[in-house]
Amino acid sequence: MSSPAEPISRPAGAAASARSGLRRHRPKPKRDRYGTIVERWLRGHTMLIYLFLYVPIVIVVAFSFNATDRRVTQWAGFSFKWYESVLNDTVVQSALFNSFVVATSTAIISTIFGSMAALGLQRAPRWFRTPFEALTFISIIVPEIVIALATLVFFSSTFDVLNPLFDLQLRLGFHTIIAAHALFNISLVMLLVRARLSGMDRTHVEASYDLYGSPWRTFWQITFPQLLPAIVAGFLLSFTFSFDDYVITTFVSGAGSTTLPLYVFSTIRKGVTPATNAVAAIMLLITLGVLVIGQFLIWRNARRSGQRGAGASVAGMITEQSGG
Amino acid sequence: MTTSSVVAPPSAVRPPRSSRTGILTGLLLLPASLWYLILLVAPLAIVVVMSFGNATRIGGYEPAFTFANYASALDPSRVTPFVTSLVLAASGTLLCLFAALPIAYFIATRAGPRKSLLIILLVIPFWTSFLIRTYAWLTLLGPDGIAGFIGSAIGDSGFRILGTPVAVLIGVVYGYLPLMVFPIYVTLERMDRTLTEASKDLGAGRWATFRQITLPITLPGLITGSILVFIPLMGEYVIPAILGYGRVFLIGNQLVLQFLEARNWPEGAARAVILILIMLVTVVFYLWFANRGRKSREVSVL
Repeated sequence: MSSPAEPISRPAGAAASARSGLRRHRPKPKRDRYGTIVERWLRGHTMLIYLFLYVPIVIVVAFSFNATDRRVTQWAGFSFKWYESVLNDTVVQSALFNSFVVATSTAIISTIFGSMAALGLQRAPRWFRTPFEALTFISIIVPEIVIALATLVFFSSTFDVLNPLFDLQLRLGFHTIIAAHALFNISLVMLLVRARLSGMDRTHVEASYDLYGSPWRTFWQITFPQLLPAIVAGFLLSFTFSFDDYVITTFVSGAGSTTLPLYVFSTIRKGVTPATNAVAAIMLLITLGVLVIGQFLIWRNARRSGQRGAGASVAGMITEQSGG
Repeated sequence: MTTSSVVAPPSAVRPPRSSRTGILTGLLLLPASLWYLILLVAPLAIVVVMSFGNATRIGGYEPAFTFANYASALDPSRVTPFVTSLVLAASGTLLCLFAALPIAYFIATRAGPRKSLLIILLVIPFWTSFLIRTYAWLTLLGPDGIAGFIGSAIGDSGFRILGTPVAVLIGVVYGYLPLMVFPIYVTLERMDRTLTEASKDLGAGRWATFRQITLPITLPGLITGSILVFIPLMGEYVIPAILGYGRVFLIGNQLVLQFLEARNWPEGAARAVILILIMLVTVVFYLWFANRGRKSREVSVL
């Protein structure tokens, strides 16, 4: 890679003519200088990109502690007053509560149904598996905005038909948000769990059967612990995606089911304020907290079952998935 | 896992299917299938049917079979959002590519023991709220931030970045960059390092080695990353709404306008169908390319 490896490439012995020797020697220092420039550029570029990734977040968090009453960017001292005012605001409180309700329900539904589908798909016949996989694929690649509008049209037209027919009072609300969020997240959990299943060591399962373990016990004692990292990662990812979602939520939410992203979006329209920065910082804290908890759970599980390495981190799982 | 044959020989990976395991398989798949049918197939089917219908005056839908909606969706005077989206998605993808390749290369080959730390530092912004990350640029690009700085430097107090395509492009690169880095990093990480050493030993320069060895091997990662960025970009709605002030008008924004404000559902549906078709064509092309790559790699290994 670097300059110390160069001498090896020099042709040894008298076979090398003086001319080729000259030609080989002259460009070398030039190439090395080139090399240091490339190395410096690589390092500098990487540092700049990391700055680019973190500066905006740091600015939001920093200005949320600004005591100013007027311009957001005019520093008037450190204070928690915006957090106090925001956390005492009943609108923010109910939005925060709604977001937790939606995200937790979505994560539970998606994790259970997604994992079940991954397990079922292993033994499903081909005529079923192929269309099912195609639908998973479609649910992921169709743009969120199209899914959101299609779901809205679907809900409003079915409610229009069903309500007078059966004398129902179906309306948009929590259930429609959760149902719409779960679609994408079921596919996501299923992909994560399937990836884990396909990389699983089958010898333990076979050993369990050889030792007369029942299918039920084999599943809970052998398969499930091995799938757990993927299931936990799926739960946390769906919680985060649901907690953070704006596009789908805004179309299928009803009166009284405003979530935190919806609240933030509506305040952005009025301009950036320290209060919005405080809400933003709270959202960042919650999503980061979820990541840390998940990492901790996966590490603990890995330590207990004695497996270590690349698979044992949320980060590793995400990078591996995106590469597959 | 669900097998009932206890004494199956180790070689029998797939035990004979009994009716009990069949029922179990069905039950496992039932909830997800219902979800797909009710919340994916039915809504998309309604959109497709609607795209061939007629719009009524009060903004409803009237059953019909006409291509008029497609004709007006593809009318040259109204395809600007399509073109803007395509240009923005393509340039955003390219920018992400140029920004991501050196970092992925640096992390994979130069980071040493700090490798996992650098990856975690990439995952953190990717994990945190997308909306907040977009919102974060409002202060930075605003009149009290970079725009004001440039404005006073060039002596134009009215200089703005927010509300222009540049702001949207910055937001787009910021939001989707990690999605480009991950797959490139994974391919570089799996690359056989002895190949580049062999190339150097044979007298090839840095550039030749990069162009002839590293780049072709990384190509699947580059393409996967580009797809991962390009697809959500085509349907992007939040970034242009926040950083573009709605003035940078993409397909996503046009769809929302047609469905919610103009209430011309059939024409909006036709646009949505066209958008989905663009996505499908892109992805099918990608899959074809990925499979072709896999085959050729197997051949070269043999």
